[in-house]
Amino acid sequence: MAESRIMSSRNLDFLLNEWLDVEALTRRARYAEHDRETFDGLLELSERIATDMFAPMARALDVDEPHVGEDGKVVLLPGVADALAAYNEAGFPSLGFDAEHGGAQVPFTLQQASSIWFQAASVGVSAYPSLAKGNAHLILTHGTAEQAATYATPVIEGRWYGTMCLSEPQAGSSLTDITTRAVRQEDGSYRLTGTKMWISAGDHELGENIVHLVLAKTPGAPAGVKGISLFIVPKLLPDADGAPGERNDVSLVGLNHKMGFRGTTNTLLNFGEGFATPGGQAGAVGFLVGDEHHGLSYMFHMMNAARIGVGAGAVALGYTGYLHALDYAKTRTQGRALDDKDPASPPVAIIEHADVRRMLLASKSYVEGGLALVLYCARLVDEAATAPEEADRDRARRLLEVLTPVVKAWPSQWCLAANDLAIQVHGGYGYTRDYPVEQFYRDNRLNPIHEGTNGIQGLDLLGRKVVADGGAGLALLAETIGATIARARTAGGDAASYADALEGALGRIGEVTAIAWADRDPAVALANATAYLEAAGHVVVAWIWLEQLLVAGEQDGAFYAGKRAAARYFFTYELPTVAPKLDLVAACDRTTIDLDVDAL
Amino acid sequence: MNIVVCVKYVPDATADRSFDSSDSTVDREGVDGLLSELDEYAVEQALLAAEDGDGEVTVLTVGPADAADAVRKALQMGADKGVHVEDDDIAGSDAVATSLILAKALGTLEYDLVFFGMSSTDGTMGVVPTMVAERLGLPAVTYGSEITVDGSTVTVRRDGDVATETITATAPAVVSVTDQSGEPRYPSFKGIMAAKKKPVEDLTLSDLGIDASEVGLGAAWTKVLSFAPRPPRSAGEIVTDEGDGGTKLAEFLASKKFV
Ligand SMILES: Cc1cc2nc3c(=O)[nH]c(=O)nc-3n(C[C@H](O)[C@H](O)[C@@H](O)COP(=O)(O)OP(=O)(O)OC[C@H]3O[C@@H](n4cnc5c(N)ncnc54)[C@H](O)[C@@H]3O)c2cc1C
Ligand SMILES: Cc1cc2nc3c(=O)[nH]c(=O)nc-3n(C[C@H](O)[C@H](O)[C@H](O)COP(=O)(O)OP(=O)(O)OC[C@H]3O[C@@H](n4cnc5c(N)ncnc54)[C@H](O)[C@@H]3O)c2cc1C
Repeated sequence: MAESRIMSSRNLDFLLNEWLDVEALTRRARYAEHDRETFDGLLELSERIATDMFAPMARALDVDEPHVGEDGKVVLLPGVADALAAYNEAGFPSLGFDAEHGGAQVPFTLQQASSIWFQAASVGVSAYPSLAKGNAHLILTHGTAEQAATYATPVIEGRWYGTMCLSEPQAGSSLTDITTRAVRQEDGSYRLTGTKMWISAGDHELGENIVHLVLAKTPGAPAGVKGISLFIVPKLLPDADGAPGERNDVSLVGLNHKMGFRGTTNTLLNFGEGFATPGGQAGAVGFLVGDEHHGLSYMFHMMNAARIGVGAGAVALGYTGYLHALDYAKTRTQGRALDDKDPASPPVAIIEHADVRRMLLASKSYVEGGLALVLYCARLVDEAATAPEEADRDRARRLLEVLTPVVKAWPSQWCLAANDLAIQVHGGYGYTRDYPVEQFYRDNRLNPIHEGTNGIQGLDLLGRKVVADGGAGLALLAETIGATIARARTAGGDAASYADALEGALGRIGEVTAIAWADRDPAVALANATAYLEAAGHVVVAWIWLEQLLVAGEQDGAFYAGKRAAARYFFTYELPTVAPKLDLVAACDRTTIDLDVDAL
Repeated sequence: MNIVVCVKYVPDATADRSFDSSDSTVDREGVDGLLSELDEYAVEQALLAAEDGDGEVTVLTVGPADAADAVRKALQMGADKGVHVEDDDIAGSDAVATSLILAKALGTLEYDLVFFGMSSTDGTMGVVPTMVAERLGLPAVTYGSEITVDGSTVTVRRDGDVATETITATAPAVVSVTDQSGEPRYPSFKGIMAAKKKPVEDLTLSDLGIDASEVGLGAAWTKVLSFAPRPPRSAGEIVTDEGDGGTKLAEFLASKKFV
């Protein structure tokens, strides 16, 4: 096919096959049915449906966003249902699930690579099935067999959708403060009352039913996050045969009108306000998942995968923006070479200007670095689940824990920066709605906010992940990066000099982490957690670039030359920005702590 | 009802294609190949026609090793088995030779109907279906934009410039379908998995009793004498509207004899 401006199939192929050796996974029992052919077939199919059915919806949904009709039902452009019908018929909702649940047992790495196509083509449409998938996965992991059959199976079959209801108007970052209540009934079910804010895909008419997974507190529960429980609250209560029946007491208060990501409905939902009276009584009927008071830990069990998914979405939007900018820069002519003094000479394509090249190279290093990071973490999910040796599974799990805040926050910061650069490359045209790059930016602007803001990710990294188990996670990361450094030294050339720079920055992270926590005062240690997160993210992505460079080696062709150029850019322009950030953390700088609020 | 659907593996029509300067054949190096998009419509109609019965759909291709991709794609869409005729001596074959190979291969298969696309996206001659029908002595109902199979009767609607014809034939028969016949399905992921287990038979010229001298570039009835890339599109003319845009546009169209 002609070069796509949605995603690069060549780069996916490079990362999956030349670098991450996904085919090796097929030697494991769980993936034995697969081989290179099914993996390639999956990606080809993803590209095709994403291109034909999803991409046309991206702009359409931005212009004609979902609204509530007179009958109180959500109205979505019909193309969404068509796109999802093609997606469902092709079997995408079941890809990763176990064969016993009707799934195809596709490795997580391949699921992620596949979904990048849909996210890049229309992030708004892609969110419906990806939320549903996370929902079903959670029920299968922590619910009963009966709950799995009733609520997960229809999602795996592409008939029902699902949501994650954590946030409330007054409780976003701090879930401790949620107030939704769940009261146990005689029959073992619960009745919920409360309000949930920001619920993505919280209402629509796409499937036969919507399964809400709701965090709530039971009366007398312990204070704080240890008092939170998790409930299944279906929009329509299943009848004896499992078919959607009576309307539950869950109502749509309204849709939020967003800056971007408009194709996905975002809702304010009321539970138990008397909108409906299931069983003759107000109160949203819910069913406890697992045990009371463990809800948040079940939810967080899913977070590693969900946060990789957010990173992937950010990469997808940054990547498609970059491909559009690259295309534009090759065709837009403007100005002349600096040494060309002849005003009569024809103008050159803007890609000839050094500053435009800087922007494109920066974007390339962000989006390709982000994609590689996302797929690397996805591969760790597969390792954690299926590596033959327990020690390897454990290692993958621990590495994933440390990398999770980075794989969420880094792409959502830097691939958004790529979207910003894509607008800049387009000049004035980029600022108009005649080109899609401004929408990519608006769509991507969500990613630093949801699934734990990037600020919260910084706290998670410096406050928990690198200090847990006496710093074992950070030590493991350093050891893993160290192995790449050693290989780069053996390879020699540029790789060896980049390895020196990386080693220096990596060592500094270790030092700075210890200094920040020297006084054991979280207020001081964490005051500059965002600077720490940004620095750590850049060090991790520099490592990921070194890995890619080692695979590219001296191979011929523009593709490999591109890998070398982007690695060079990252080590020359980006890695050096890490040192001042780490100095700030090491200084335990108190500028923000000492600030008197009145001074702002 | 057993159906054979003939599909061609062609260079990607959306990529830059060119010819090999040494023998004026299509340059297959450096361009990805795929199942001819127009043949996907034939696969779709074959699958629909076979859906209600207990017959099988066999996909048949003549082409180089990579043409196995086209067979696989049709199997992923739902065809039951494949036949791939591959032989170095086939290279450079013209439509006449291709039809000979297809006819001989069909002789080894059981079929009630043979489906074709309306034309390949590279050669675009649109003659292979009728040539095969002629060789096998079968009726040919071609350019079907709507295909109905009822018992052993196949009916097609052919949309012409001035009239729409309804044509019927009795099986065994050759059918070719247009891109108006109905959107081809996407393969499903289950289909991709299942395709790996479906049988594909590889045949050579000698398996079919064809002598190498009957096919290939040497046996071609016609010869490509020369070729030249299409000239790049010229700049075009921008009409600036200064209140008289309409008049200027009309003048331009008149100067090109459009109006
Ligand atoms: C630029 C160019 C010029 C050519 N000039 C001539 C020429 O002047 N004279 C000449 O005789 N040949 C010529 N050829 C070769 C010839 O067109 C093809 O190679 C011939 O083998 C098939 O014809 P077609 O592709 O036009 O098929 P069409 O007749 O257009 O194909 C119709 C249908 O037949 C079936 N089919 C076709 N080929 C195969 C196959 N290999 N395997 C299975 N099913 C198949 C498909 O269902 C297809 O949709 C030329 C080729 C090219 C690319
Ligand atoms: C489009 C969209 C879709 C969403 N989808 C869902 C969904 O499907 N389900 C769901 O449950 N939620 C969803 N959310 C909610 C999202 O997760 C929250 O918006 C997010 O967690 C932030 O919470 P908040 O909006 O209340 O902001 P706040 O928590 O009020 O944060 C405001 C600012 O304060 C900072 N801040 C807060 N606490 C601290 C702290 N302790 N230390 C340092 N800084 C802090 C934050 O980083 C942020 O910059 C969605 C949000 C949006 C915008």
